[in-house]
Amino acid sequence: MAKMKALVCRECGKEYPTKAIHVCEMCFGPLEVKYNYEKIKKSISRKKIQDGPQSIWRYADLLPVEGPTFLGPHAGMTPLVRAKNLGAYLGLEELYIKNDTVNHPTLSFKDRVVAVAITRARELGFETIACASTGNLANSVAAHAAAAGMRAYVFIPGDLEAAKVLGNLIYKPNVVEVEGNYDDVNRLCSEIAGEHAWAFVNINIRPYYAEGSKTLAFETVEQLGWHTPDQVVIPMASGSLLTKIWKGLHEMKALGLVDDVRTKINGAQAEGCSPISTAFKAGRDFFKPVKPKTIAKSLAIGNPADGYYALKATAESKGAMDMVSDDEVVEGIKLLAQTEGIFAETAGGVTIGVLQKLVKQGTIKKSDVTVAYITGNGLKTQEAVSDAVGRPHRIQPSLVSFEQTFKIGKHGRGDV
Amino acid sequence: MANIRVHIRFPEDKIKEPVIYQIGHEFKVVTNVRRADVRETTGWMDLELTGDSTEIERAIAGLRKKGVIVDPIELNVVE
Repeated sequence: MAKMKALVCRECGKEYPTKAIHVCEMCFGPLEVKYNYEKIKKSISRKKIQDGPQSIWRYADLLPVEGPTFLGPHAGMTPLVRAKNLGAYLGLEELYIKNDTVNHPTLSFKDRVVAVAITRARELGFETIACASTGNLANSVAAHAAAAGMRAYVFIPGDLEAAKVLGNLIYKPNVVEVEGNYDDVNRLCSEIAGEHAWAFVNINIRPYYAEGSKTLAFETVEQLGWHTPDQVVIPMASGSLLTKIWKGLHEMKALGLVDDVRTKINGAQAEGCSPISTAFKAGRDFFKPVKPKTIAKSLAIGNPADGYYALKATAESKGAMDMVSDDEVVEGIKLLAQTEGIFAETAGGVTIGVLQKLVKQGTIKKSDVTVAYITGNGLKTQEAVSDAVGRPHRIQPSLVSFEQTFKIGKHGRGDV
Repeated sequence: MANIRVHIRFPEDKIKEPVIYQIGHEFKVVTNVRRADVRETTGWMDLELTGDSTEIERAIAGLRKKGVIVDPIELNVVE
């Protein structure tokens, strides 16, 4: 029996073959992959994983692909940085940064999910891959499609910033600029996915695509010496990343790779788009969709597909959720850069801002082993911090000018 | 015959209105509710609309005109 048993409805439990479908025909609930854990348990081991490639594919036994050929060979195995400086600043003894700002090939965690999606799409016989995106996802789909020699369609809103459009065009996919706003693109792509036999990574391939996020949990556990952390802080857009990290941790326990899951799952959003965190703080099991208004555009999903499941996972783990203002997002980006030398995009600022809040509230304790997930590179959202980082020191091209500016004498050192 | 699946949301002031009944009468579409959660102040439904494509488009426009928010069944897919 194959390691993938079926696609199963998260609502009514009805099972389907492992094809390019994403919605239950009975109740319209979302589908996810159901595995044959008995079979996987017989072949997986810590040693087998450690002997595997330096990428997400070392966990291929737990990913929804048949193999043995995998596309996107460089995604994953990003550093788990022991953040001593930031930890000391926040009052945490053991803080780690899972640094997906250096994920390959396009410097965001989306390379994980796209590598899985494009591999599965190829296995299912697709030659065209597509997505609807305002940033990181589009970059990753375009790059992976170029490397795989697949045709790609990337749908973007007509008012997207020039730098982000360029980041797609360089890989030469079909970039489709839709005359309309975010909602128009959203609706059009749902319709196109229904009409054309393409692999839309986050629509009809979503059950497979989303599973790629589990590798963040797998890597964290392996890099911590096969221990689960006490606390994790995860940025939330659709909420899928959070639910999959939770799922990944429990899969490792079910397969005997870790003894126990002691992890509290904490979700982070920006105040300008915080439907999930707002619901959690109000004690609700449902969220109210919002119109996003935040600089954290990679998290700006007002009607999140996995919002309900993110609320459930956080509650089950006895974790928490919170949100931060745009000013706090910028401060979070600066704090991470200036303590650990890691330049994160705005989603990273959200994570660090919420981490700081949770420590102040006493939700995360001094001795808790804590991991903060930083999911994208700051070079992609420079406009968010361009007014908050000051200017260079301008001097004349002379030693005197330099020493005067920095108050440095022949026998001493100093700073401005 | 076309078939479209949508996720609709009711603002608080529309909770008590028989919107689905009205749409079925005003347009030549078959409405089929598959999943729903309607509470005192909020409500949503996963709805299937079957009929001629143009008539479905008109029915969706009709829902919006009544103040109902209509999204694809996948909710937000732009990431």
